[in-house]
Amino acid sequence: MTTQTFSSTARNINWLSGSAVLIASILALPVLVICAFLFAGSVDVWSHLFSTVLGDYVGNSLALLIGVSVGVLLLGVPPAWLTSVCDFPGRKIFTWALLLPLAVPAYIIAYTYTGLLDFAGPVQSLIRNITGLGYGEYYFFEIRSLGGATVMLSLVLYPYVYLLSRAAFLEQSSSALEVSRTLGYSRQKAFFKLALPLARPAIIAGLTLALMETLADYGTVQYFGVATFTTGIFRTFYGLGDSAAAAQLAAMLLGFVVLLILLEKYSRRQIKYHANNEQRKQPKLVQLSGMQATSAFFVCLLPVLFGFLLPGGVLLNWAITQAEFNPQDFIELAWNSFTLASAAAVLAVCLALILAYARRMNDHKRVRTSVMVAGMGYALPGTIIAIGILIPMAWLDHQLINLSSEWFGFNPGLIFSGTLFALLFAYMVRFLAVSLGSIQTGLDKIKPSVDSAGRSLGCTPTQVLKRIHVPLMRSSVLTALLIVFVDVLKELPATLILRPFNFNTLAVRAFELASDERLIDAAPASLMIVAVGLLPVILLSRSIARGKE
Amino acid sequence: MANRFGIFALTAGTLFSSFALPVLADSDLVNVYSARKEALIKPLLDKFEAETNIVVNLVTGNADALLKRLQIEGSASPADVFITVDAGRLQRAKDAKVLQSITSETLDAAIPAHLRDTDRQWYGLSQRARTIFYAKDKVDPAQLSTYEDLADPKWKGKICSRSSNNVYNQSLVAAMLEANGTEQTENWAKGFVKNFAKPPAGGDTDQLRAVNAGVCDLTLANTYYFGRLANSSKDADKQLVNNVGVFWANQDDRGTHVNVSGAGVTKASKNKENAIKLIEFLTSAESQKWYAEVNSEYPVVAGSDVSSVLREFGDFKADTVELSKLGENNRAAVELMDRAGWK
Repeated sequence: MTTQTFSSTARNINWLSGSAVLIASILALPVLVICAFLFAGSVDVWSHLFSTVLGDYVGNSLALLIGVSVGVLLLGVPPAWLTSVCDFPGRKIFTWALLLPLAVPAYIIAYTYTGLLDFAGPVQSLIRNITGLGYGEYYFFEIRSLGGATVMLSLVLYPYVYLLSRAAFLEQSSSALEVSRTLGYSRQKAFFKLALPLARPAIIAGLTLALMETLADYGTVQYFGVATFTTGIFRTFYGLGDSAAAAQLAAMLLGFVVLLILLEKYSRRQIKYHANNEQRKQPKLVQLSGMQATSAFFVCLLPVLFGFLLPGGVLLNWAITQAEFNPQDFIELAWNSFTLASAAAVLAVCLALILAYARRMNDHKRVRTSVMVAGMGYALPGTIIAIGILIPMAWLDHQLINLSSEWFGFNPGLIFSGTLFALLFAYMVRFLAVSLGSIQTGLDKIKPSVDSAGRSLGCTPTQVLKRIHVPLMRSSVLTALLIVFVDVLKELPATLILRPFNFNTLAVRAFELASDERLIDAAPASLMIVAVGLLPVILLSRSIARGKE
Repeated sequence: MANRFGIFALTAGTLFSSFALPVLADSDLVNVYSARKEALIKPLLDKFEAETNIVVNLVTGNADALLKRLQIEGSASPADVFITVDAGRLQRAKDAKVLQSITSETLDAAIPAHLRDTDRQWYGLSQRARTIFYAKDKVDPAQLSTYEDLADPKWKGKICSRSSNNVYNQSLVAAMLEANGTEQTENWAKGFVKNFAKPPAGGDTDQLRAVNAGVCDLTLANTYYFGRLANSSKDADKQLVNNVGVFWANQDDRGTHVNVSGAGVTKASKNKENAIKLIEFLTSAESQKWYAEVNSEYPVVAGSDVSSVLREFGDFKADTVELSKLGENNRAAVELMDRAGWK
């Protein structure tokens, strides 16, 4: 791609790409540990899985991937387009409100909709009371099903597509669209022939994130009784007690991921364009009125209504009217969640910046490969990552304990595997792909010639970085911070297994109550997760929008 | 901008400073890995702490994941006590060699032999029964008899069940394997699955609600879920408890399937004495009463008080199969359920 653009000394580049390879390799370690299980034999379990449930796992996972793809595209792209090029009542609010479902964990939205739409829930009870019909005498959508899981996941994952495609639409030069209009394209045609293809890499990047989350989801599918790859991994691991076969299933899951990554790469390969620098110009919005404005309003309202307002309302209602909880606990839980998520977000962005710049300046194959392997952790269920981390970290700890007791007669305990270190490590493995995706997209948009121009005008590399890259990268960095923050806030399985003594988070609290079948008592903690995630979502999305407009 | 990053740096710093706190052996300390949820163990641990001045550190989590963590940590594990539910898992912990045998006259005297490990590696703390619940307006209890009978075609389309991923179902099938052998149990599972009213999903409480709402006539559930609904002050729950009956399965042969929550001392324990003290505390009359009242579980110590809600369910004969068998049969049970198409 590019060579030395703003750093002239080869030494700097080596330093950067060296640390990039180091970081990526460390983050790839758990994934490689899992893959190493491929060489452990467990033939009898495989023949059992193959003849009984494997078909279900593959079929359901594929169906879920396809369904969620359709769902997130339908819910994400149209609002992104409408809010970036049109003006209609409520547009300003929708620009950030459409992000709100990002703060709702998928398993929690599943609980609320089940509570609402289940046969024993209020909606169907009302129908029965009014009509006098009984079970099986009327049709009603079965929420606990593959279809239900698809809807739940689409409702909370579409913001990835919305966020990235909106950024792309905003950056498209409005003059290109104007020219296309003067050349006779209708507005629809301009959208389908010009805007959409140009935004395609961003849309696919968002879609990939959503699909990786879908593959890694455990809570929703488990609760709905849908047998997917992830539930299969857990069942093999726990029920059959075979960790090797479970890891092999996980490695197979990674096969899906490689496909996804290749798909994303492929969609990017075609278009290598860098944004025009006139993007800072205030875009001219198309004023909608009448029917058009109304439909735009509803297209934007629907995802927010079903992804946030309705489930949020149910939670609020449960929390206020029925739940038992001790508000005092919540200060500590919220603080733990908040600090953990903030630290992880900052760390993930720093690592992503190092990796992305290393690639920009020295696009070595070894850098690319290790970055790709490190990014695969995003599709693995948290528990599998946790185990992939515990194995090498505990080994390291044991070596350290041996050395230290031999030399100093002192046992330092489990420094790596028994502390927050392991947890942050897990978050990096799981969420690096997110921060990297956002930052790389941002960096790719800065033309290498801009760097050269800056240098030729007498700027030092640091000045180029400060005066050109920092302002241009601001949105991408903030987006990465935001998504990782919210993702860590919601993360459950890795947090559950890796956290140190006496350290709980909101997600852990909500999960414990819910898995003890006390959904209503879990509502306050769930609501707090949403609330803690809300403030950064609003602040950052406004700040992202300000940078763009 | 600088300001925002300053805040982040500060929070990151706070976090990193907590890295340097390895958990060390200490005479007044006991470290607990618990698969019992915080709400169902912390109050007792707090009480223990107050009475003995022994500080209790707690991590809760998924049972199998905690077990894996114990295994991976090996001799360096900070944990002293492992608490979990389901005998199958306790046996799995024993098989994984993360527990040690202990001697405690108090525990031997208090806990009946079939509710503890033969090598004294784990002890039951509380009992739960998994039995049949039925819609009173549709089923005459005289029609009910055994788990085996639930595979009879007369129940076609009338049974709700949760998924076979659930360890309670796995243990029930493991117990049936012990009683009836593989072939008979597999045939039973196939018939049982054919009688499902809908695909399995949700938890025990969901199944009870479905019976109440008329989706199906019967289900299997753990008694404490029903006990919790009976204790509830909500109208919907009260109505459910009125409409749904408890039937004790297999009273004319081996008895109703029971399981335990239990605890053991880890092999790596550095505070063994405190660990034993804690387990003894959990089987004291006071703790047993707490479990009965807060979580509607049956005590393991003979002669303990049963809560008033449980008394209403009536007395029953419990299966006295050695609970360690449930763990040994677990894998066979899961494979059998897969073959029977129990999702």
